[in-house]
Amino acid sequence: MNEQELRALVERMIVELAGQAPTPQVKGADYRPMEPEGNTESGGCLEDISQVDLRQQYLVKDPRNGPAFLDLKRRTPARLGVGRAGARYKTATMLRMRCDHAAAQDSVFSHVPEEFVQKNGWTPSQTLCGDKDEYLTRPDKGRRFDEANGAVVRQTLGQSPKVALVVGDGLSSAAIEANAPDCMQAIQNGLKSYGIQPSPVLFVQYCRVGASDHIGDLTGAEVVCMLVGERPGLVTAESMSAYLTYKPHIGIPESKRTVVSNIHRQGTTAVEAGAHIAELIKTMLEKRASGIDLH
Amino acid sequence: MAEQLLSVGIDIGTSTTQFVLSRLTLENRANPFSVPRVAIAQREVLYRSGIHFTPLLSETVIDAAGVRAIVAEEYRASGFDKGDIATGAVIITGETARKENAQEVLRALSEFAGDFVVATAGPDLESVLAARGAGADVYAKEHHTDVLNFDIGGGTSNLALYSHGELLRTGCLDVGGRLVKLDEAGTVAYVSPVVRKLAEQGRIPALRPGERASPETFTPLLSVLTGALKQAAGLGPGRELLEALLTQGTRWEPPRKPPVCSFSGGVAACMDQPPASWRAFGDIGPLLGQAVAGAFQGVPRRQGTETIRATVVGAGSHATELSGSTIFYRDIAFPLKNLPMCKLTPAEEGGSPAELSEAIQGRLRLFSGGGALEPLALGLRGEASPGYARIQALAQGIVQGLEPLRQAGHPLVVAVEADLAKVLGQAMAPLVSGPLLCLDGVGVENGDYIDIGAPAAGGTVLPVVVKTLVFHSFS
Repeated sequence: MNEQELRALVERMIVELAGQAPTPQVKGADYRPMEPEGNTESGGCLEDISQVDLRQQYLVKDPRNGPAFLDLKRRTPARLGVGRAGARYKTATMLRMRCDHAAAQDSVFSHVPEEFVQKNGWTPSQTLCGDKDEYLTRPDKGRRFDEANGAVVRQTLGQSPKVALVVGDGLSSAAIEANAPDCMQAIQNGLKSYGIQPSPVLFVQYCRVGASDHIGDLTGAEVVCMLVGERPGLVTAESMSAYLTYKPHIGIPESKRTVVSNIHRQGTTAVEAGAHIAELIKTMLEKRASGIDLH
Repeated sequence: MAEQLLSVGIDIGTSTTQFVLSRLTLENRANPFSVPRVAIAQREVLYRSGIHFTPLLSETVIDAAGVRAIVAEEYRASGFDKGDIATGAVIITGETARKENAQEVLRALSEFAGDFVVATAGPDLESVLAARGAGADVYAKEHHTDVLNFDIGGGTSNLALYSHGELLRTGCLDVGGRLVKLDEAGTVAYVSPVVRKLAEQGRIPALRPGERASPETFTPLLSVLTGALKQAAGLGPGRELLEALLTQGTRWEPPRKPPVCSFSGGVAACMDQPPASWRAFGDIGPLLGQAVAGAFQGVPRRQGTETIRATVVGAGSHATELSGSTIFYRDIAFPLKNLPMCKLTPAEEGGSPAELSEAIQGRLRLFSGGGALEPLALGLRGEASPGYARIQALAQGIVQGLEPLRQAGHPLVVAVEADLAKVLGQAMAPLVSGPLLCLDGVGVENGDYIDIGAPAAGGTVLPVVVKTLVFHSFS
């Protein structure tokens, strides 16, 4: 049944129920769209709404003190001062919300491409999870490796390395693609500047933070440094964290981890975070501790 | 990680010399799971000196020994040891800075200055410190408005215009309470050249030393002085009085829309609470205060949180800033003082390592002027979120470019605006030996001088004083 047939069927039913024909449809020629709010250049492209900086977008009409509100907006990524159309959001706000939500979902469900891992010279491995569904529903499996992958871990990182460098996809592959290469280079060169030899980089697919502990058991690493994609939100889907653990082992308390979060373009930049992480690793090796023990 | 720094402020002005001790509390504002962000959370004035008349040997020479005695006595009275002072500023302000032996006075005070106290002068910095001491910047920020602070002292009025917490510009007018001094009998004892010039221009009747004076004697002068202030605020029509009283070598553009007017300085203290006698201080300060209050009636105005002490509190509590919390330093002998800024243009910064190096060496040649190269700091803007490859390119270009500085035996100091000092420092470190310092989070321009104190807050930040000698950004 095509659309016209469906429309005819609905009209017939309405006539039967209400005893009269529905109001005729507005013909295309009579249709007058409402005046758009912004400028639309004829023949141009639509604006890419994901590129609008929300901190500078203020949609309230005739505000009492717009510049003052913009001052406040500069300090928060929250969707404030969005105005309204009747009781609802304006179109721009609604579309942007859906756009950001879609980006968040995409980054959870998409994979870090194999070529990307190869291009950066990282050695690929995988936890016990077989696919994204299992990864999302079985956190325990995202923390362990099977025999074959365990061997890859040992081979890549070596036996008892001072620092094991790991990149895990976590809950945002977009975060890894946006930040991990620059951040990892900054960590490696930062470590060298402190006279610490960095290990080759292990990439872990379907990775949870707890995989650090199994890596610790497999290699006897002194510090495991894992860059992992953060659960995306509506502010950014590209936020990455670094989890650093001194002598991790299966069963180590979470309080022994040091975390550096919010690594993304609008947060701490990838390179500066990398430099900070390199120094943290140096401090951990000196003080032989991580997490709350470090303070 | 609350840490405290003791900071001293000493202000040697045209009429008064003052001293304060402040406590700056540092605090990490970032959550524990992020890169640290240390800021000055609190500024408390612990000790305020009495207000001393600045001792002068003659109209053009400051009594350095007298100033030194005042400061020594106040240190003793405060109960603090000068060895505990971590930072601060000594400033010579107003007409006093133009006296013959201003530098000698600063030297005489250096022994009180602790390790890292900045000695400086200049109307622009003074305007900024006074406005901050009076709380004008905070008021502008909290009320999302424009505030123009007038710090009306003995010889000059320092203007600072803030918009929503940002400094727009500073200026200086020769309007002050001690342009005319009186003796105890009420006769005119001193008439400043500024006032004599106004008389020569026919704007006011001539005032001569020895003349018997009543408050009415000064009505024409006061009306010219307040007229200039109103024109400076954009409130009066025309700008001829403003031009006539602009301090030599300075410029001022009145704000386009009327700001909230904020008043500090000794004259401001006489606005709402005038002393019992109009000649209480042997000058026209109380009369000027009354005249300003009258002239600005009906204009949105605020009294400074500090009045006569605004500048010294500014020097003690607000001169010191903190660098960003991710920095890099190696083998640096802190403190570093009086480093002139050598800042690249955005185009020069964006070049390849070779171009960058060439641009830097060109700048260094300009600085040395063919002679020996003095210590300096290289200034960069830096990109918002660069890739690591770009950082390496920057590091190579800078290290090559600064080679003459290293050969001259000076530390390599790089100040970046964008948050990338640590990674830049780590990238430079293997490429070069010797002292190296990269700091960020400080906005500095060509013509500025920067002082850098010893690391604080567990070594994560550096106290920094930027001495802006030229600050005329017209927007």
